[in-house]
Amino acid sequence: MTELSTSQYQRERRRHLAGRHRSEKRFKAYCIAAVTTAIAVLMLLLSSIIYTALPALTETTLRMELQLDEPAQGMFYTVEELENVNWRRVVSNALYETFPEVTARREKRELVAILSLGATDAALAKFKANAVRPGDVVSVDMPVSDDIDLVVKGVINRNLPESERIVSDRTISWLSVLEAENRIERRLALTLFTNGDSREPEMAGIKGALVGTLWTMLVTLAASLPIGIMAAIYLQELAPKNRFTDMIEVNISNLAAVPSIVFGLLGLAVFINFFHVPRSSPLVGGLVLALMTLPTIIIATRAALASVPPSIREAALGVGASPLQVITHHVLPLAAPGILTGTIIGLAQAAGETAPLLMVGMMAFIVDTPTDITSKATVLPAQIFMWANNPERAFLARTSAAILILLSFLLFMNGIAIYLRKKFERRW
Amino acid sequence: MTTASLLICLAMLASFSYFYALRKIRQIAVQSSHKLHSLPRFHGAYSAAWVFGPPALLTLAWMVIAPSLLNMQLSDQLVASGFDRTDVDILISQVISVAKGDLSANFVSEQVRDLSVKYANASAQSRWLLTLTAIIAALLGFAFALRRQSIRFTARHSVERLVRVLMISASAIAVFTTLGIVLSLIFETLQFFRTVPVLEFLTGTQWSPQMALRVDQVGSSGAFGAIPLFTGTLLITLLAMFVAVPIGLFSAIFLSEYATPRVRSVIKPTLEILAGVPTVVYGFFAAIVVAPFLRNSGADVGLVLSSESALAAGLVMGVMIIPFVSSLSDDVMNAVPQNLRDGASALGATKSETIKQVILPAAFPGIVSAVLLAVSRAVGETMIVVMAAGVAANLTANPFESVTTITVQIVMLLVGDQEFDSPKTLAAFALGMLLFIVTLALNIVALYVSRKYREKYD
Repeated sequence: MTELSTSQYQRERRRHLAGRHRSEKRFKAYCIAAVTTAIAVLMLLLSSIIYTALPALTETTLRMELQLDEPAQGMFYTVEELENVNWRRVVSNALYETFPEVTARREKRELVAILSLGATDAALAKFKANAVRPGDVVSVDMPVSDDIDLVVKGVINRNLPESERIVSDRTISWLSVLEAENRIERRLALTLFTNGDSREPEMAGIKGALVGTLWTMLVTLAASLPIGIMAAIYLQELAPKNRFTDMIEVNISNLAAVPSIVFGLLGLAVFINFFHVPRSSPLVGGLVLALMTLPTIIIATRAALASVPPSIREAALGVGASPLQVITHHVLPLAAPGILTGTIIGLAQAAGETAPLLMVGMMAFIVDTPTDITSKATVLPAQIFMWANNPERAFLARTSAAILILLSFLLFMNGIAIYLRKKFERRW
Repeated sequence: MTTASLLICLAMLASFSYFYALRKIRQIAVQSSHKLHSLPRFHGAYSAAWVFGPPALLTLAWMVIAPSLLNMQLSDQLVASGFDRTDVDILISQVISVAKGDLSANFVSEQVRDLSVKYANASAQSRWLLTLTAIIAALLGFAFALRRQSIRFTARHSVERLVRVLMISASAIAVFTTLGIVLSLIFETLQFFRTVPVLEFLTGTQWSPQMALRVDQVGSSGAFGAIPLFTGTLLITLLAMFVAVPIGLFSAIFLSEYATPRVRSVIKPTLEILAGVPTVVYGFFAAIVVAPFLRNSGADVGLVLSSESALAAGLVMGVMIIPFVSSLSDDVMNAVPQNLRDGASALGATKSETIKQVILPAAFPGIVSAVLLAVSRAVGETMIVVMAAGVAANLTANPFESVTTITVQIVMLLVGDQEFDSPKTLAAFALGMLLFIVTLALNIVALYVSRKYREKYD
């Protein structure tokens, strides 16, 4: 071997090594790129939803001075008298007086359309809250219609040519007059929380869906927690090793992987058609979700029970406790934080579930707040699904706002679960 | 009395009997010279169980049986009064909704109104009968439990036996759920195959279930060829896997091999947020953000994308599945013992060489099973495709066109009003059955792969 060939050999090796190091760097870059992509998509998802939700944060109101001239029985109007007033007419007249130049019928209709259909409710509520005599002038903040709301927020650009936007030039000019008189105001959109569902985007709220979600979760919790804990205790602590318990275990792990929509079919066929549970009720929705949550709770509870050391059981048995007393007095309390964490995570999953609930009819259009577990109800994810199908542009912002509320609700639940785990985590 | 108030009533009786039995046994214990076998509270629990248990079971049985019995009686009456068999079902539902007050009596015929009054009476009667028997059963149970009270009575054994039985039945609920799924799906599916042949369902290429609504309509037989649904599902699943497998796998490699514990503790929960986002939110994201973006950028380069393209649904579904692939693969890669890595390093391998030639082969069965589970998740996913994919059946492999999937069709067929024996409704159950079989098979294969080919190191 000559001097030259050795150095050639070394050069060759060095090049080879450099190539290997490059490939190492490349591979690592792929890994980092993958993680970055995943996180970037998450950020994109969240930021796009927050961005579309922004217009729903505030709502636009129009202040009008209203006056009633009907005679009153006593000195002030009674509630009953106020409820009999034709508010549509009162509100329209106030608008006509502001714009006396509007006389044509079609124009008048367009003028009144500035206000939301819910404006009359706002007027009635304001009059009811104050003692009003005939002839008194009361200034009322009334919600405007969804299109005007979007113009005020700038979502609909008023500088576009008339043919490219849904609001006419005439309406825009009226709006400018009202704005110049300082009658247009934007306030925090509390109606999102205080109203039930509505066909009018500016009046639609999630109160009904929130209450429906709470009822449904209550049913889910009441059904799945006791059954899940009992099943887990039996399988983990008491069950003999035989074919029956093997079958149960295989079943539980399989159930965890069954598509959620199949649970919906089960709910439809068994709960609604066989057991005659009322359709669209939190009861049937909660039961379906309970069946879906059961595997999660059983698996979490078994893990929590398994982490309690055997010495505790032996000590309790040694002082004369029965096997059941060992479990209820010693093992279960020590496993409780783990069980709680698993249950909360399972419930958070169930709270975001939509598909099985569509199958059992929990997506009806329901204005009223459900009062019990058998009345018709909808849940937040189903409400989001329904709003997302709505063609009106203003619903887009409402839908995103509802999604943000759902996400923060889920984040809150998971946060509690993580906190509990951190706080009560115990190494034996 | 409503069922709920009856149960509350029984619960109150039970708690009364608990305290009564408690007092009674304490008195007995004081008078006797022997020691009690069981603690007083077991005697109380024993008596409460006898008061609450049998009437509650009775109520449950009544809830299942009574409506069917009443319906049978009603349909007999309707047939006897000369109605056609085919109309009976609709009339029954009318009668029941009038009786419940959901439907105003002014909208229905005289006869239906009479029957609904009768139905309401019969229903109220059966309810009273239930209340009466339940209360009697509770009192009998109470008397029985009190009679058995004695100093030697082994109440603890009885109570613990009962609790054990309850636990076993709670465990059996998992089995019953599976059984319920299988039975209800099989039952409806068989009924469906009576009108539509199995072969036509599995091999037909025309899917237009809406046609079957009315008998006199043109093409009233409807078309239930599910091939377009299978190809649509397959297309979207493949697209999702193209996103989820590389990103998920590389993320898992990063987490288990490259990341420091600190970085890992930040990245792992962040990825898990992706798994916690409800699917309806992904669906909204796909329909509102991704689909318009894809269509516009497609138009810029001269591609025509449907606004409900398979691509948008597939990509977003892929994002949803990333954490699934990554966390499962992360687990299997962490399970590869450290000494394999050390051995490879000692031979001079770089980190990526170790991963490619040692860790991935060792973790391969686990990764395959993770991917199979992810496929099963993608096949069964509903909301994303309902919101972002199409409704019309379209036999194509072009990701820019709109396709429909099995889950979309189930939702479309079942949402809204439905009669239970139209082939349209039953078709949804046949599709559900198919979905159940496919996902179950994927899960079983995944389990088999990871068990059979797992490397054992100890």
